[in-house]
Amino acid sequence: MATSTPILEINQLAVAYKVRGGEVEAVCDLELTIGRGQSFGLVGESGCGKTTVAWAIVNFLGTNGYIKRGSIRFKGRELAGVSGPELNRLRGNQIAMVYQNPMQALNPSMCIADQLKETLIVHQQMAAAKAHSRCVEILDRVHMPDPSRVLQLYPHQLSGGQQQRVVIAMALLNEPALLIMDEPTTALDVTVEATVLDLIQELRRDLDTALLFISHNLGIVARVCDEVGVMYAGELVERAPVRTLFKTPRHPYTQGLLRCIPRLGDSKASRVLYPIPGQVPPPAQRPSGCHFSPRCDYATERCAAEHPTLDPLEKQWTRCHLAAEIDPAGWKAPAQTRPAGVAESPHEGTTLQVENLETHYEQRTGSLGELLGRRRKKYLRALDGVSFELPQGKTLGIVGESGCGKSTLVKTLIGLEPSAGGDAEFMGFDLTQDLKKRDTTLLRELQMVFQDPDSTLNPAYTVGYQIGRVLRRFGAVPAKQLRAATSELLNSVRLDQSYYERYPRQLSGGEKQRVGIARAFASPPELVLCDEPVSALDVSVQAAILNLLLDIQQQQGTTMVFIAHDLGVVRFFSDFVAVMYLGKIMEIGTAESIYAPPFPPYTEALLSAAPIPDPDAPQTQIRLQGNVPSALDPPAGCPFHTRCPRRHLLADGGALCASETPPWRPAANGHRIFCHLPLDTLARLEPVVASPQSPRA
Amino acid sequence: MPGDSPISTTPLTYLTTTDTPRLQRYRKQLAVVFASRMGTTGLAVVLFWFGIGLLSLWWTPYEPTATDFTQNAAPSLDHPLGTDHLGRDLLSRLMAGTQVVLIKTRLSGDFLVPGGVALWGVFGSLALGVFLGLNAGYRSNWIDQGIMQILDALIAFPRIVLYLIVIAALGQGDPVVILAITVTGTPGVARLVRGLTLESKNRDYIQAARSRGENAWFIMFREILPNVRAPLIVDGTLRVGYAIFTIGTLGFLGIGLPPPDPDWGSMVNEARRFIFVNPLAVLWPALAISSLVVSLNLFADGLQEETSRFQAS
Repeated sequence: MATSTPILEINQLAVAYKVRGGEVEAVCDLELTIGRGQSFGLVGESGCGKTTVAWAIVNFLGTNGYIKRGSIRFKGRELAGVSGPELNRLRGNQIAMVYQNPMQALNPSMCIADQLKETLIVHQQMAAAKAHSRCVEILDRVHMPDPSRVLQLYPHQLSGGQQQRVVIAMALLNEPALLIMDEPTTALDVTVEATVLDLIQELRRDLDTALLFISHNLGIVARVCDEVGVMYAGELVERAPVRTLFKTPRHPYTQGLLRCIPRLGDSKASRVLYPIPGQVPPPAQRPSGCHFSPRCDYATERCAAEHPTLDPLEKQWTRCHLAAEIDPAGWKAPAQTRPAGVAESPHEGTTLQVENLETHYEQRTGSLGELLGRRRKKYLRALDGVSFELPQGKTLGIVGESGCGKSTLVKTLIGLEPSAGGDAEFMGFDLTQDLKKRDTTLLRELQMVFQDPDSTLNPAYTVGYQIGRVLRRFGAVPAKQLRAATSELLNSVRLDQSYYERYPRQLSGGEKQRVGIARAFASPPELVLCDEPVSALDVSVQAAILNLLLDIQQQQGTTMVFIAHDLGVVRFFSDFVAVMYLGKIMEIGTAESIYAPPFPPYTEALLSAAPIPDPDAPQTQIRLQGNVPSALDPPAGCPFHTRCPRRHLLADGGALCASETPPWRPAANGHRIFCHLPLDTLARLEPVVASPQSPRA
Repeated sequence: MPGDSPISTTPLTYLTTTDTPRLQRYRKQLAVVFASRMGTTGLAVVLFWFGIGLLSLWWTPYEPTATDFTQNAAPSLDHPLGTDHLGRDLLSRLMAGTQVVLIKTRLSGDFLVPGGVALWGVFGSLALGVFLGLNAGYRSNWIDQGIMQILDALIAFPRIVLYLIVIAALGQGDPVVILAITVTGTPGVARLVRGLTLESKNRDYIQAARSRGENAWFIMFREILPNVRAPLIVDGTLRVGYAIFTIGTLGFLGIGLPPPDPDWGSMVNEARRFIFVNPLAVLWPALAISSLVVSLNLFADGLQEETSRFQAS
């Protein structure tokens, strides 16, 4: 902090919301400073007050929120308590904000040009013609291809990544001194996220803007920020330069968060995840004393009684009574912990066999010609010839960008989508047949865990009823033992008996997901399909759910298909991994072989984009250009050739890729790569990530 | 599956409950009803009319059909609301008029069933509308197209003409009025239910039910229907108001409920000819209809506002 006046200085800030019967302090005693050109990251689980901080800075707390104490100084001037035109001017000209969902930040009924120009005309009274050329300039600045054309478009005509670029461009139009970004890449795919993060880095370097970056993802913060503040229950519990924080986390909460996330390359055999017990307390029920003490391994009597202050310790600030005494290296796993290394399942033999499976969605245009059957119907090829085999008791992980057909694959297997061709066989049953024709045995053996905790349970019924329904449906237990069997299932997902009578609205996201898992394992099934079961959860909850799934799988010998977009999680959880792109599998093999060279170009790009929660981890930058092509009209030859950064390695610039379907190239151990590039060429490329095989203590 | 499994993820919950869940649920439902002052007022007026209707079954000041008083008399101590053109006591008739709306239905001759014509009519349109709406929304194929086209045609048809057709075909009587209310109410209910069904049918819990092989009826009536209940209750309450209007309209047109039972609509119709002599005879039943309809609307609005707020919290 070399500059005399920092851009943003927050002191003793407390923000409260008025609610029925009182008020709750969402944020208390927050302190942070951001200098010119610096970036400060705020991380923490949901409900910790990160977004409230951002809203307090721009005074957007709604009708029931207000700044209770403290000051927010922007370039030395007080913002707290300032209202009306003065604040408007400050906000528009000097402070800009980028939100999570770009579709909601853009007005769907205005074209991009009008939305961008509005900012300039209102805040700088710029002439319309001049404003237009400035807009072209700024879109060019955020690397938007063909900016003058984009200006004529409406938001829905742009992809998510392009929309977020427009929002960032809009934020940059007035050259703000402070840019606040609230989860700007959470709604984006990992490859798009990487390019947006690069852009943010580049702009910050060039424009010297101060950045407040809010994220739940430690990996992203590690990539973007200079300094990081960890929030817990409305307070900053730790503040440190990014390298220090990841190297020597002092606060038990920060340490706990880092122990929750599988790093890229960790596998279930080499690493155990340690979830933080319990959950973030709601603002009205924060414990007195240290807010974290009920969940802390080190908590003493003093922690429960006395509220700690944020104190400096060497280069970092920590809100912990024991900060100086705790040695992260000396941390011992809780006594009852699953031993590292998952035992080999005794069964071998293929349970699931999929051969050239295809699923098409009919695209209706609603034209008269189509109605009369005159026009050829168009099909979206969501699954375009997928083949794999999965041995019993093993897990197949599936990764890929959104729209690559991951979800369609599991929905086709379970029968929710009709298949259009190919074969799928499971325990002797044909999986291509219609759901209505399926045998009860098959229905029982095949179950699914869903992504969205809020929609996985029927809000009208109690937890007990919903699990019991599955037991009754398959006659798994006699009617008299229904209650007991349900309770046992609740037990197995670590929920106590009080949950039996509860309704889904009374549960947290993680608890709902547990019930969803109990329901899936009730029948009991042989094969469980998990469609992003942890994507919507906080990291500590995610770790608990992953452990739970591993545990149940180990006890029951269940075979699993596991979808996630987090490459680290998939690597951690799976025995085999398939990388999908545009309805095709691009690479398939054991988890180790996918995350080690030779990398085919698409996997390489995915790995290079994956955020790693370690600022020192070496990672080559490979960024994909353009968007995923439409599956309505997939590219001929190799589906990836339009974006492939390695195509030039082939003779005559990879003309082959655009015309011929690539061959399956077999590597060691059943590892197969779908690429025109020969394996030894791929093997000679410099690996994008450090070889993840390094054994851990 | 051992419960003492080795992962330290014991559920820590900050939600402590002292009541049993069932009791809690009732308490919450009652709280929803009484949380809004507007809704409570509406409910009070509706309950008042229910009380009057029940009372009139056993006691009215005079026999509602007795014609032995001065014709078109002004209000007096003997007749607080006055008398009509045939010399019948208006208070007694007004009280008894509540019965057909809310209290009893004459199926045929002396065969009575509890529940007024308005209630049964609304029940009919809800039952039929829910059935059609669920099927249309959940199946979403030609069944959907067929159901919705027919219902739209029904909406496009002028209501009064529709009533006339139904009554011309089937004759007068309580069941026919119920049918008229049912037929005119069904399309609206079906539209509402279809919309709500479309919204919830792609939810994961429906996918889960489908993937364990539940049949379509189970999914429609057990998985989807309970989740569209709240808006349906509000809609049904509003519809009771419309149905009272319908009975009034039919009575006013002289094609409503047959004599001798008094109903508010035909009271207005009969007194209309003497409106310059005795305007009060028109005013009382008109006030009764509007107070009941308005209070039902208030109640429905209060319910809607509060259920959405309670769901949010």
